[in-house]
Amino acid sequence: MLEEDNKITEEAYYRALEKRHGKEFQKKLRQSKVAICGLGGLGSNIAIALARAGIGYLHLIDYDAVDLTNIHRQQYNLSQIGMKKTTALKENLLKINPFITITVDPVMLNEHNVEEILKKDEIICEAFDRAEAKAMLVNQVLEKFPNKYMIAASGMAGMFDANDVKTKKITSYFYICGDFVSDVNDDIGLVSSRVMVCASHQAHKVLQIIEKKEGKEYEYK
Amino acid sequence: MVKINGEQKAVEGMSIFTYLQSENYNTQRVAVECNGNIVPKSQYETFILKENDSLEVVSFVGGG
Repeated sequence: MLEEDNKITEEAYYRALEKRHGKEFQKKLRQSKVAICGLGGLGSNIAIALARAGIGYLHLIDYDAVDLTNIHRQQYNLSQIGMKKTTALKENLLKINPFITITVDPVMLNEHNVEEILKKDEIICEAFDRAEAKAMLVNQVLEKFPNKYMIAASGMAGMFDANDVKTKKITSYFYICGDFVSDVNDDIGLVSSRVMVCASHQAHKVLQIIEKKEGKEYEYK
Repeated sequence: MVKINGEQKAVEGMSIFTYLQSENYNTQRVAVECNGNIVPKSQYETFILKENDSLEVVSFVGGG
């Protein structure tokens, strides 16, 4: 826990969350485990939303370090340039919610390590940048873990309408958010507002999945 | 007929791999779901589409 938060007790913090979410939902949120794969524009924004919601356990995975060109859309500060994104984001999330458990893996996920690294997580957010990496992760997770939820993203580049970004259900365990077509390579960049719309779609689907689950399935610890 | 991404197509008898190639999909960027289940990449060549199958091809674009 951080020094300056010492005056806020865990009990008071969760009482405040229960006021907003209700006791039952908050209990489910606190007992759930979510992995975020990639901590860029999507992942760092998903993480902020989930930490604020009081998700009990977050698993952050990214091999990269914070760069000046990330600041326009990713949840880091100038003082964190050069730091590992896992370290920097954990620091920022604990300032928002010092009572969550955060595990970090500063590694690059590939087809050989996905199974080992994600085995304990129940809901997995794909928040990578490259299309091939997105497809790799989604295929690996859905093949190896048919009962884990996969929430992926595809198509959020450019200045097109925010309303074009949607959440689409592919199977009971696989959702994809985005406009599905706007490729970052088509001479269009990423702007924070549209990337955050997509990240919010992903974070919201996580919360919806948790809300609908039976409480008893959340006894992990 | 096979329902693919919401459209009826006469591709029964074709493998998923052949279908993806015929539509110019990059197989390194896709995930394929058939009748509610993900199709492992290793089965694309041997998985033959049948009458009334429902297929969803998710083709990823970059950005995040």
